[in-house]
Amino acid sequence: MSSVQININGEVKDLEVEPWTTLLDALRDKLALTGTKKGCDHGQCGACTVLADGKRINSCLTLAVMHDGAKLQTIEGLADGDDLHPVQRAFIKHDAFQCGYCTPGQICSAVGLIKEGKAKTDEEIRELMSGNLCRCGAYPNIVAALKEVMNK
Amino acid sequence: MNPFTYHRATNPSDAIADHNRVNGAKFIGGGTNLIDLMKENVEHPSRLVDLNHVGLREVSDREGVLKIGALVTNNEAAYHPLIEKDFPLLSEAILAGASPQLRNMATCGGNLLQRTRCYYFYDTATACNKREPGSGCDALKGYNRIHAVLGASDKCIATHPSDMCVALAALDTTILAEGTKGVRKIAFADFHRLPGDTPEKDTNLAEDEMITGLELRARFSRQFKYLKVRDRSSYAFALVSAAVGLESENGVIKKAAVAMGGVAHKPWRDFEAEKTLHGEKPSEEVFKKFATSFFKGAAGYGHNDFKIELGQRTLVRALSEAAAKGVWL
Ligand SMILES: Cc1cc2nc3c(=O)[nH]c(=O)nc-3n(C[C@H](O)[C@H](O)[C@H](O)COP(=O)(O)OP(=O)(O)OC[C@H]3O[C@@H](n4cnc5c(N)ncnc54)[C@H](O)[C@@H]3O)c2cc1C
Ligand code: SF4
Ligand code: FES
Ligand code: FES
Repeated sequence: MSSVQININGEVKDLEVEPWTTLLDALRDKLALTGTKKGCDHGQCGACTVLADGKRINSCLTLAVMHDGAKLQTIEGLADGDDLHPVQRAFIKHDAFQCGYCTPGQICSAVGLIKEGKAKTDEEIRELMSGNLCRCGAYPNIVAALKEVMNK
Repeated sequence: MNPFTYHRATNPSDAIADHNRVNGAKFIGGGTNLIDLMKENVEHPSRLVDLNHVGLREVSDREGVLKIGALVTNNEAAYHPLIEKDFPLLSEAILAGASPQLRNMATCGGNLLQRTRCYYFYDTATACNKREPGSGCDALKGYNRIHAVLGASDKCIATHPSDMCVALAALDTTILAEGTKGVRKIAFADFHRLPGDTPEKDTNLAEDEMITGLELRARFSRQFKYLKVRDRSSYAFALVSAAVGLESENGVIKKAAVAMGGVAHKPWRDFEAEKTLHGEKPSEEVFKKFATSFFKGAAGYGHNDFKIELGQRTLVRALSEAAAKGVWL
């Protein structure tokens, strides 16, 4: 077992993990932060997207031990109390989900995308959101939600 | 995953020494390929030596040589002002690969050493000489749509999956390696191997060596194109891809660098064929002739036969689009 200290959503957490525990499994199974979803577990769907030191990553293809001392943000940490994050509000307003399974990953990815500031057109939003698959096909509404937040 | 121990290296020497001390140890960069393969039980290292805290995260341009540290992430490299401005072919190729999340994790060192996406290599229930030397190759007579048409052997017909490496091949990159016996430089063309009789060896990097960085000289900041052809328009590996850089003088091609991905066990270049472009005025006819000679000796294995024609068309289009960015007077 390795001792790891990670700042998650502003709270410092001490964890005991095996070296082979992925960050995704640590979040879900050790910290009960089940908002982050496991879709494919192979980097192919984006359901596990979290923000590590502000950057979006796939938590399924990285180890918890590799994040000792890091600052993470998950879907649970985006809202300010009952006050939803602008991207969360835009997803609700634009009906940017159906079953909701991909949604936490989509929202974390969108927060990362907006921070990166590289996407301007619809085409660029689609390309830079391509790491998040949605089996329900909510893509047009997801683009609309992002555009609204970006234009504010 | 199999159990393993973990070490967070604090500098390159610590990483090399620790990696050398333990049998079966492997370096880990972004982990986006290694962890995937560990979950599939294709890789089973006894120890992971984490390179993410050893430094080597700088991009610098000194005396005309661009240096990229091995731990610079793929996204950091693609969006770096020096690379966007002077090496746009490299930016374009990196951004054509994987997804933003993966590119935020993947390192420039790890990208070079990512392994093939051959389905049989991933599936431990099948025969694969690359995964298990001597076991055979189920791709030869199997479903081989993504496989090689150039430089393959009867032991392995896998392709190298990287987009970034195709641009690096065209840009005459030098790889900086460091091992227990010191440092050395490896020309890009000598880095990846053809499968021959030892497909288990992807590269000529020695067991004890790590990649510390890349050095680039050729720029092609104006007439360039990375063209990737794939089954869906994003977040998919290339069926074939082409990286093209052109330089013109007095209305003719002075220098051409052309590399292809998805066609061989390594990014494919044909220096002889490139020379035939020198002194020519760009035209579809000239590019078609070049494409034909680029694919001389190509052989399909059934499902991938289409790559021979697709590859030639891709070359002609990439060359034409690169040429169209220039002024040919
Ligand atoms: C779903 C998915 C889609 C993808 N799509 C694409 C695509 O379209 N195009 C594309 O080009 N790539 C694609 N990739 C692959 C991705 O680019 C590679 O996985 C990535 O570049 C590997 O870098 P890494 O740092 O994560 O390597 P790691 O996984 O950390 O390491 C890979 C290998 O390199 C070794 N290693 C790492 N760093 C060093 C070093 N400095 N010195 C010596 N050895 C080292 C490791 O031991 C390991 O064997 C995709 C990956 C996934 C999961
Ligand atoms: S093509 Fe190479 S990697 Fe694929 S099954 Fe054959 S030996 Fe293995
Ligand atoms: S669960 Fe991580 S990308 Fe699918
Ligand atoms: S809302 Fe169902 S997968 Fe996206």
